[in-house]
Amino acid sequence: MGPFIEVVLGGLLAGVLYSLVALGFVLIFKASGVFNFAQGAMVLFAALSLARLMSDELTVAHYLGAAAVLGLAVGYGVVAAWRRLGPASAPGPRVGWGVIAAFALIGVAVAASFGVRGWPGWVAIPAAAAIMGLLAVAIERLVLRPLVNQEPIILFMATIGIAFFIDGFGQTIWGSGIYNLPLGIPKDPMFLLESVFDGGILVNKLDIFAAAIAGVLVAVLAVFFQKTRIGRALRAVADDHQAAQSVGIPLNQIWIIVWTVAGFVALVAGIVWGSALGVQFSIALVALKALPVLILGGFTSVPGAIIGGLIIGMGEKLAEVYLGPTLGGGIENWFAYMLALVVLLFRPQGLFGERIIERI
Amino acid sequence: MKLKAIFALAAAALALPVAGADPALAQGEQFYPALVYRTGAYAPNGIPFANGIADYLALVNERDGGVNGVKFVIEECEFGYATDKGVECYERLKGKGSTGAAVITPLSTGVTFALTEKAPIDKIPLLTMGYGRSESADGSVFTWNFPLLGTYWSAADILIQHVAKKGSLKGKKIVLVYHDSPYGKEPIPVLQDHAKTYGYTFEAIPVTSPGVEQKAVWLQIRQGRPDYVFLWGWGVMNSTSIKEAAAVNYPRDKMYGVWWSGAEPDVLPAGDGSKGYNALALHPAGTVYEVHKDVLKYLHERGKGARREDVGSVLYNRGLINAMLVVEAIRTAQGKFGNKPMTGEQTRWGFENLNLTAARIKDLGMDGLVSPIKVSCADHEGARKARIHQWDGKQWVYTTEWIEADTKYLRPKMEAAAKAYAEEKKITPRDCSKPQS
Amino acid sequence: MIYREAGQFKTTYRADQAVFPIPQDRVAMVLILLAAYVGIPLFASEYLFLAILIPFLILSMAAIGLNILVGYCGQLSLGTGGFMAVGAYAAYNLALRVPELNLLVVFLLAGGCAALVGGVFGIPSLRIKGFYLAVATLAAQFFLEWMFSRVGWFTNYTPSGSVAAPRLIIFGYVFRTPAEKYLLCLFLVTIAALAAKNLVRGRIGRSWMAIRDMDIAAEIIGIRPVQAKLSAFAVSSFMIGISGALWGFVHLGSWEPLAFDINRSFNLLFMVIIGGLGSILGCFLGAAFITMVPVFLNQLPTILGIPISTAMISHLEFMIFGALIVFFLIAEPHGLARLWAVGKQKLRLWPFPH
Repeated sequence: MGPFIEVVLGGLLAGVLYSLVALGFVLIFKASGVFNFAQGAMVLFAALSLARLMSDELTVAHYLGAAAVLGLAVGYGVVAAWRRLGPASAPGPRVGWGVIAAFALIGVAVAASFGVRGWPGWVAIPAAAAIMGLLAVAIERLVLRPLVNQEPIILFMATIGIAFFIDGFGQTIWGSGIYNLPLGIPKDPMFLLESVFDGGILVNKLDIFAAAIAGVLVAVLAVFFQKTRIGRALRAVADDHQAAQSVGIPLNQIWIIVWTVAGFVALVAGIVWGSALGVQFSIALVALKALPVLILGGFTSVPGAIIGGLIIGMGEKLAEVYLGPTLGGGIENWFAYMLALVVLLFRPQGLFGERIIERI
Repeated sequence: MKLKAIFALAAAALALPVAGADPALAQGEQFYPALVYRTGAYAPNGIPFANGIADYLALVNERDGGVNGVKFVIEECEFGYATDKGVECYERLKGKGSTGAAVITPLSTGVTFALTEKAPIDKIPLLTMGYGRSESADGSVFTWNFPLLGTYWSAADILIQHVAKKGSLKGKKIVLVYHDSPYGKEPIPVLQDHAKTYGYTFEAIPVTSPGVEQKAVWLQIRQGRPDYVFLWGWGVMNSTSIKEAAAVNYPRDKMYGVWWSGAEPDVLPAGDGSKGYNALALHPAGTVYEVHKDVLKYLHERGKGARREDVGSVLYNRGLINAMLVVEAIRTAQGKFGNKPMTGEQTRWGFENLNLTAARIKDLGMDGLVSPIKVSCADHEGARKARIHQWDGKQWVYTTEWIEADTKYLRPKMEAAAKAYAEEKKITPRDCSKPQS
Repeated sequence: MIYREAGQFKTTYRADQAVFPIPQDRVAMVLILLAAYVGIPLFASEYLFLAILIPFLILSMAAIGLNILVGYCGQLSLGTGGFMAVGAYAAYNLALRVPELNLLVVFLLAGGCAALVGGVFGIPSLRIKGFYLAVATLAAQFFLEWMFSRVGWFTNYTPSGSVAAPRLIIFGYVFRTPAEKYLLCLFLVTIAALAAKNLVRGRIGRSWMAIRDMDIAAEIIGIRPVQAKLSAFAVSSFMIGISGALWGFVHLGSWEPLAFDINRSFNLLFMVIIGGLGSILGCFLGAAFITMVPVFLNQLPTILGIPISTAMISHLEFMIFGALIVFFLIAEPHGLARLWAVGKQKLRLWPFPH
């Protein structure tokens, strides 16, 4: 019994990791109908940014550039908050940009004055998030806006182009080795219930940590979507683009926000995967692990991504451990897809997806 | 407007190759085509190896003015460890230089298998040092393949010999965790054979490329509690295996990697978790050898070297040795054909008549780095020895003396496999008992 | 001016329904075929044949197959690599176990095997649509890849799992030189393109397109979705299977399942989308773009003599390739074939556009 529980637990915890990647997909698909194949590349890019900013091996320009991006993001936040809180005294666009630029300069100055290299986690994580935000803006401006109203498959193809670009770009500026994430996340195994089972039940602390992070992330996202104004706007856009636009929700801004949030989710996924595997190119391939999760849970459902991840994780680990040896091993890859396929035969929109209604 | 922009772009793209001429290689230079992977999932392992080759050839150029006055020109082609791109690179580079490619060193078992079919037609020898097809050690059939210093069958045999010395293997259990590709599958026949003679039970668990997904594998190992785990991985798979082993608390000192699973990028990411991990070693790590002093003096101090931090790492040293073998084969060939750039055919002769004695190795500044090698028509492996080294948390430390693979057992097996290949491909094996021209 | 149709009157239905109704097109096609069959073999270098043209032709054929499924029938598929593998391994086993068979027959039978497998994996398409189907076809990809590396019978129990193709002998003629291999591929691809062009113009092609445009509406006007979808899967897999066999026998010579991995599937899908969904010409343009642009970008610094490190070249190759994909999609979302059509339209008026 012990080993069985172990496999189930291990599978569930692995599933949490898949869910984290799948979440990013779902967010973007819901809000903009784009099947974002670049999510894996974004996970890699975020993790690389973080890991390299925390190291002290790069040129000064890297750190100063990142500091400027962080300053830019902070400045943008300040200006946005100012506009919300005191509309009367709000600055015009020119002053607004001035403030943002000033913050970017302050960022550079601060970074330059306090020993530049090897940032601690609490600076590097916001900086990486800011970089993902900038990436989101760039994607929206350069790719999504010119392609608005195109067919889904064209947008899908465009995100593949983005994925290629980010893969090359990330390796160009951050390097292509294996990097450690020195965030101090524990990795050693624990053994539970040793009195009940022979050898106890093995659980990895890193997995528990990942599950906790995932839980917090989902809670934060839920609050963000349910309680904030932007969240409500996002849901409105997800429901009906045109209706949302007609009540004055700016689509372009919403897309930037969604891609930023997806970038943030990618960063979290990158932290967890990077701690487990080391930050390196293969992280980009985890996107493939998220695909069966997506179709199982449904492209449009956040809870679907979570539960789908758990089912896939558990299912494939059980299959590999108990069916694998008889079949020759290495079956978990296709088993996840087969599992999802079987579910799809009964529910073509996935477990939690919106029902597809077809009209003539 | 759009259309014009696109046509302009296309026209520019077409005009470019016309505008710039290929930097034609001067006569009298030896062209070395380097298939490398400096990007992608396998880059952390590919980079130090490629740098080792680049540095050694540059060193020969800088220090000695080339080999017998013939300088090397190196052109790299990035293939990202993908077989089809590797084949494209091969086709691209094979005809370059004054003599065409003299040798190909793909550092990928998949590309080796593909090129084994193509190299004889193009008359280019394949140097697959410590990898490639195991049966290609039989030079009578595989005229153009040179798996120098050891094949995977030798590696598997050496590992079994080593663990058998620690106590009888009767009733023991050995698990092989392997990269699910021809590379990973190579050792299986030998390990299965030995299971009968030594009396252990054997199980092979595949890991799908690139190998980041190993949780289930190690849960199986935790449940099966094998006495030894052999690791046949490459790239990120190695470090993931060691991490997962740490995660399920499998003792690392019971793990043995092949020589491609025993370098710094494999153990460093796991941190303290890799302490005690063992691997086969074809040669040591470190910079204490004469050749490294020269590399630092002639290249890095003059700002001409590749990455400084790679120097002395396991894979860098392997790149050095790999390049040294190429240089020595060409030197050998020049002894017969004259001091000029060698063609593929001439280099092949050089490889087949390569004889590196201990004294010669000392001259090359590689004393202690590589053991003597003698290649012949029948034996394209040259040497089949390795040591075990262990990671102590900071560096690799030798734990054994040289162990030699059991030729009596392996040779007939290789010959049988080579014969089967020859029959399938309708090749008439050369008669190696006669003197070769 | 060059491309003027004025004055060309079709007096019979036959003339109106010709594959190339406009004489200029016919002339152009004859010229292209002449160049491909006579010109290129005379001038191309070995590198061009082996590393560029042969892969390009084989992948064009696979792209035609995939385009039938995705572009004409509207069923997204990411299992292409798996179906190519079926073709390659079927051909290997047929050639190995029934050596007296003519290789052309072997290729056709390999295509047949792939068609069968494709039909089976096409069954879910009756219920699943869009991206859900795309991901579901990945099940085929991963399962087939696994099967060929695990089931020893398919690889004749070779220990390494890598198989080598026999020599290319057709009707006693040995295809040895690059030019001969190129002509063999070219011949098969020409037939495939012609067959595809005619299929999509006929009843069956029209039923595929009706399904693509709206399957419920198509069903109501009397098209059977089961037949239409499964036939699209079968025909598409047939061509993909033959191209897989060619990829193994002609291009690689020796291969392992990794040669047909998921990247192959993605690559082919790129070709079809970049080239243009629902266009045979687009398959060739897309295949040319996806196979040649990276190779070209990779060699550019060497050609120009710019000293950049190998890693940097490769990174730049990725970045520029990605940017080009986005650029072309923005410039013309319907693919290169559409761009060609627009260009043709302009040629009608040129040089007097007013």
